[in-house]
Amino acid sequence: MRDLPRHRLFWPVLALTLLLVVNVVATPSFVQVRMQDGHLYGSLVDILRNGAPVLLVALGMTLVIATRGIDLSVGAIAAIAGAVACVHIAGSGDPGSAGTAITAIALALAVCVLLGLWNGFLVSVLGIQPIIATLVLMTAGRGLAMLVTGGQITTVNNSFFKAVGTGYVFTLPVAILLSLGVLAVTALVTRRTALGMLVEAVGINPEASRLAGVRSRTILWTVYVFSAFCAGLAGLMIAANTSAADANNAGLWIELDAILAVVIGGTSLAGGRFSLTGTLVGALFIATLATTVPTIGIPSETNYLFKAVVVIAVCLLQSPKARAAVWRRGRRRPSTVKAGRA
Amino acid sequence: MSTATTPRTSQRSFADRVKGYSPPSSVMPVLATFALLVGMFGVGSIRYEGFASPQVVLNLFVDNAFLIVLAVGMTFVILTGGIDLSVGSVVALSTMIAAATLRAGWPPLLAVLAVLLTGTLLGLAMGLVIHYFEVQPFIATLAGMFLARGLCYLISVESIPIKDDTFQSLSAASITLPGELYVTPTVLIALLVVIVAAWVLHLTRFGRTVYAVGGSETSAMLMGLAVARVQVGVYAISGFCSALGGLLFSLYMLSGYSLHAVGMELDAIAAVVIGGTLLTGGYGLVVGSLLGVLVLGTIQTFISFDGTLSSWWTKISIGALLLVFVVLQRFFTRRGAS
Repeated sequence: MRDLPRHRLFWPVLALTLLLVVNVVATPSFVQVRMQDGHLYGSLVDILRNGAPVLLVALGMTLVIATRGIDLSVGAIAAIAGAVACVHIAGSGDPGSAGTAITAIALALAVCVLLGLWNGFLVSVLGIQPIIATLVLMTAGRGLAMLVTGGQITTVNNSFFKAVGTGYVFTLPVAILLSLGVLAVTALVTRRTALGMLVEAVGINPEASRLAGVRSRTILWTVYVFSAFCAGLAGLMIAANTSAADANNAGLWIELDAILAVVIGGTSLAGGRFSLTGTLVGALFIATLATTVPTIGIPSETNYLFKAVVVIAVCLLQSPKARAAVWRRGRRRPSTVKAGRA
Repeated sequence: MSTATTPRTSQRSFADRVKGYSPPSSVMPVLATFALLVGMFGVGSIRYEGFASPQVVLNLFVDNAFLIVLAVGMTFVILTGGIDLSVGSVVALSTMIAAATLRAGWPPLLAVLAVLLTGTLLGLAMGLVIHYFEVQPFIATLAGMFLARGLCYLISVESIPIKDDTFQSLSAASITLPGELYVTPTVLIALLVVIVAAWVLHLTRFGRTVYAVGGSETSAMLMGLAVARVQVGVYAISGFCSALGGLLFSLYMLSGYSLHAVGMELDAIAAVVIGGTLLTGGYGLVVGSLLGVLVLGTIQTFISFDGTLSSWWTKISIGALLLVFVVLQRFFTRRGAS
């Protein structure tokens, strides 16, 4: 038990639990999940569903951050994915059919993979700092999305496409199943093979891992493609939710939420190690926070303030210097844990 | 360039010396940006009537005065190898504080002081967290960004108009130049900020330490330079510049609103990069950032003169320019390193 606070998932899980407890105290019906028309309903299901896009983006971001990179372009890529899919559906001969929806989704994801290849090229081949390389697409991407939609909010009416965001399979929303599915596949591929370790190796020292026989360049390239793919999937979800592509506002600030989710989950921005479970907890924390703030009677706009407090707290918890300062004081007073939270 | 224009007696012929002249490498990127600006104006004046008029040039300053101030602050931060994502939100917070305090009946001078103090303190706090707790600038300023936006909403969710007489008259004021040209007082403030920043960076100990820290923090520390003071100081300067930029912006918009200046930090970063400052720190000039802002402004002028181009081409062309400059920088530094 004494080692428990040292586990890297201890603080994130504790924070999430606290937040859930606050919710239950504020509204006792919070934990209720009821079955209606064969679908599950309830606040918890809503949180999972609303958090699905952030979770998806954060999964891609986790691997990018593990290589000591960052991907700022995910929000713009999400907007492009939604724009491409909606414009394809709206412009096709049969805008209501399943075939059109599948082609649109495939087309959008293919475009995202191309954008990921582009980011990966800038980072791994040209050796540009990730934050700047992806800033290019972050700036230009929304312009590109508007170019695709012609500056309009393109609305579509396709029940198959809509299902990606709001549909149900096996009583659960498709969005939840999709994001958890991607999580499971990512976890399997990175933790049941050597890939995860190689990603971490590249994050610790790309040159050394290259000399040790790791294909650093290919791995870097792959994580950016994966990140763009996840962002595209999230973008499709966002577009399907409203059956519309809004080039300006779809996925706005999702990159920051995703980075926040990754950081809350205990993945260090310095690269070299990652925790997918942590990212899941982080994404759930952000989704729960968005629900909690209005529930306890605070205007939802102040959500930003809470996020700021969370970021600062998490950073200080992760910072070795802050820990050391707290630790020194803690040895004099046994209230280390409380001081660490503050 | 003075060597080329004022030939002195020497063995080499004038033409040889013109050919042999190469500006110092630190000025090269700025010259490239300047050439780009001149080139854009050349193309513009050929394509559109009245594009190259002096007032169009002055309007670049008038419409982007706040961005010039932001870019100057950002230059300091980027020169040390950091980044400040909070500037856009601090601009919004500044407009909010100015609008709210003026509505509450504060004298304008006090409101201005409150804004500048808030911005500087916020920057200072971020700098302290970055330096003393070794939190990455990206994350610390991200927190600052959320904090400033959150505080905006705390003040008011709705837009607050500024009806104060001093602000109104300052906003409407213009300074007439010979030849029926005019600029606004905000331009003078922005240019003053550029001059002061250039002076601080090149003629003071603080400025030299900024470049030293950007070149190598460890070396600077080993040389006994005041790394802590500089690293915290640049964020305080950036915070001050953001607050000042916010004041100029509130003069431009005459309102305070939480959704003002969304994404403006990207414009500021883009201007600094296009102005030739290396994102790894250590190289760059404030004048470059000024030119970078003017390049961004010229793109917008281009699009408004054309009339057929849609607004999203602004974003796409800024992204493309950013790409070109980042790739060029990459090749410059790679050549320098080898």
